[in-house]
Amino acid sequence: MKFSTYLVHITGVSIYPLISLCLFVVFFFLMIYWMYSIDKKEIERIQNLPFDDHKKI
Amino acid sequence: MNQQTFHYDNKLPKYFAIACIFWGTVGMLLGVIAAFQLAFPVLNFSEFMPYLTFGRLRPVHTNAVIFAFVGNGIFTGVYYAIPRLLKTPMWNKTLGNIHFWGWQFIIVCAAVSLLMGFTTGKEYAELEWPIDILITLIWVVFGLNMFGTILTRRERHLYVAIWFFIASWVTVAMLHIVNSMEFPVSFMKSYSWYAGVQDALVQWWYGHNAVAFFLTTPYLGLMYYFLPKAADRPVYSYRLSIVHFWSLIFLYIWAGPHHLLYTALPDWAQSVGTAFSIMLILPSWGGMLNGLFTLRGAWDKVREDPVLKFFVVAVTCYGMATFEGPMLSLKNVNAISHYSDWTIAHVHIGALGWNGFLTFGMMYWLIPKLFNTKLYSRKLASTHFWIGTLGILLYAIPMYWSAFRSYFMMSAFTPEGQLQYEFIDVVQTVIPFYIMRAIGGTIYLTGVLLMCYNLIKTAKTGEFVATEEATAPALAKDYKAPANSIWHSLIERKPIMLLILSLVVVGIGGLVEMIPTFLVKENIPSIASVKPYTPLELQGRDLYIKEGCYNCHSQMIRPFRYEVARYGEYSKAGEFVYDHPFQWGSKRTGPDLARIGGKYGDSWHFNHMLDPTSMSPGSIMPSYPAMYEDVIDKASTNSKIHAMRQMGVPYPANYEAIANQDLEKQANGIASKLLIENKIKISSDKEIIALIAYLQRIGTDIKLQPNPSK
Ligand code: HEC
Repeated sequence: MKFSTYLVHITGVSIYPLISLCLFVVFFFLMIYWMYSIDKKEIERIQNLPFDDHKKI
Repeated sequence: MNQQTFHYDNKLPKYFAIACIFWGTVGMLLGVIAAFQLAFPVLNFSEFMPYLTFGRLRPVHTNAVIFAFVGNGIFTGVYYAIPRLLKTPMWNKTLGNIHFWGWQFIIVCAAVSLLMGFTTGKEYAELEWPIDILITLIWVVFGLNMFGTILTRRERHLYVAIWFFIASWVTVAMLHIVNSMEFPVSFMKSYSWYAGVQDALVQWWYGHNAVAFFLTTPYLGLMYYFLPKAADRPVYSYRLSIVHFWSLIFLYIWAGPHHLLYTALPDWAQSVGTAFSIMLILPSWGGMLNGLFTLRGAWDKVREDPVLKFFVVAVTCYGMATFEGPMLSLKNVNAISHYSDWTIAHVHIGALGWNGFLTFGMMYWLIPKLFNTKLYSRKLASTHFWIGTLGILLYAIPMYWSAFRSYFMMSAFTPEGQLQYEFIDVVQTVIPFYIMRAIGGTIYLTGVLLMCYNLIKTAKTGEFVATEEATAPALAKDYKAPANSIWHSLIERKPIMLLILSLVVVGIGGLVEMIPTFLVKENIPSIASVKPYTPLELQGRDLYIKEGCYNCHSQMIRPFRYEVARYGEYSKAGEFVYDHPFQWGSKRTGPDLARIGGKYGDSWHFNHMLDPTSMSPGSIMPSYPAMYEDVIDKASTNSKIHAMRQMGVPYPANYEAIANQDLEKQANGIASKLLIENKIKISSDKEIIALIAYLQRIGTDIKLQPNPSK
């Protein structure tokens, strides 16, 4: 039942933070790329969504 | 295109808004009382009853403000904004009602059970297992209703506020489940499944991210909706909000270990926590600037409109708190701030400034809309704004001051190399600051009461609009995404995809951080002389948890000269392997107790717990007379030992059966020693005996270690 008895060994823990940093960097650049790939008109429409509640007065 | 007609429901937003303001007032009032208790211990009323001592009241305050005030604030915004952004009513009315009443029921259960002393002893996750299960169920109901709405929407695009709501929902679910893994011992009593260092890591991964994904991201969702609405102009940069979202949720989840710097947590995990905390400045400030720049060219409006005033200060406080946070995770700054009032100041900039003011702004905007009228008094709202701001300043400044004063006093040595001040000298010095802080809190609360009056008046002058009719075309089924937007259509328009992706993003951080701690044996060097608690000590430890001593005392000595000189040998990870849950604490209103065992005789503790000032003149610790009346719950010993063994604590086989014999033997020993040596008469079955046994055990195991360098 003890948690650690199931998972006793793993070697090279110090690689974990490194992997994670790389992951983040890759992720970040993909996101920047994506952000710039969005069409300008589309952006304009989306950012006005809060004002478009289509109310009948 | 065929237009469809539908109705937005305003009833649930109204209910949630009322609940938010009501619980907010209660939670803040409890905070003010707790603040005064620290200066005037008589206010603990412990002579009359055990329910209102600081150790029990503070968790009610924190839980009320986080889950009742901010929680209902989130739901108010979600139930108002999501239908309007997606052009459809909330999916299911019944689920909405269950959500509302279920959440309020949880709050009542939480308040009652915490005051009665039912607690898991883990900060901001104090609620016992039946309530934890209830929270899970209601959270699922909320999620179903939200996703049902999203899936039946009439607007293909999910506005960024909704991303924040989705990510918050999924992350809070994950945090709650992982951190609440506990082994039930009886109805309303359980032990954390994790022990010592692991428990600490999970707890602060949770604690930090509860701040991130309960107090921050959903409120950013509110900011991205209500700030543009109130200013009547779109957000400054929608592109920036995309970056803000993804980098924020990615980075936040890693930062938990910054709560455990210089503790017995492995070094590499501390470093990861610090690195990611520093990086967090970027997205947080991106978000803050995005909010403030939205008001560019509208500053003349800000001067007149109390709603915008509240928003501006809220967003500024968000920026201040998210700048301060990363600074606090630098090791040398953290050495000063940790365990001190600095942390308290920091969270209140966030809670009073960011959450409080954003909520107030939202209410001043929303209530007139719901009642189809104008705000009763703009002037009163402005007064509230100034009173509130003054309250924040009067709260925070004394706390910063007190943190530095106590740091310098605690770390001062005489030329002979002795500690210059006793702990009680420091306590005496900071009491005036505690009083000022309590006054600051009272002023802030006064502002809230003004708001209540103003909003009630507003509601009375208007008439409640229960539903609003709207029309929109149905979603086209044969929609083709424009070329060049592959990423875009892959994630942003697909809510389930968005949900899964945010789960993956936050999951990676948690896993990378935690798995190694669980896996690697070397991360927690075991110490042969560390043994499980005796049955009596275990019962005493449960009393320590029940009374919330961890709200004032830490059990974790950091490797600094001034700490080792004051408290003793610094703490090692291996000392806590049987601590389900860990009790390292986060604030030292009283001294560290990690090496209290053997420091004083039993009679000292006996007198001190009955009347702290008798042993320590000027003490602000509550007294605990009830422990001298109430008897130890021996009936629970069996199942407690059993639960511990199930979780890997090496009690001998079938020890349950004879545990109470050992308990009585040890208790009789303590009672007769008190009688013979100190002429103190006390029956050996009283709770105080168990507590003394536990206190005398803490931190003594490693002293039994054979000296390796012989
Ligand atoms: C309101 C905050 C507060 C709470 C709650 C609190 N204490 Fe204290 N405690 C103090 C302060 C302040 C001191 C230092 C002055 C003194 O010795 O009384 C102290 C001192 C102590 C000491 C003496 C430490 C030393 O090294 O001299 C012990 C032991 C102790 N507390 C145990 C407890 C236990 C057990 C509980 C829970 C039942 C508890 N405290 C709850 C504030 C608190």
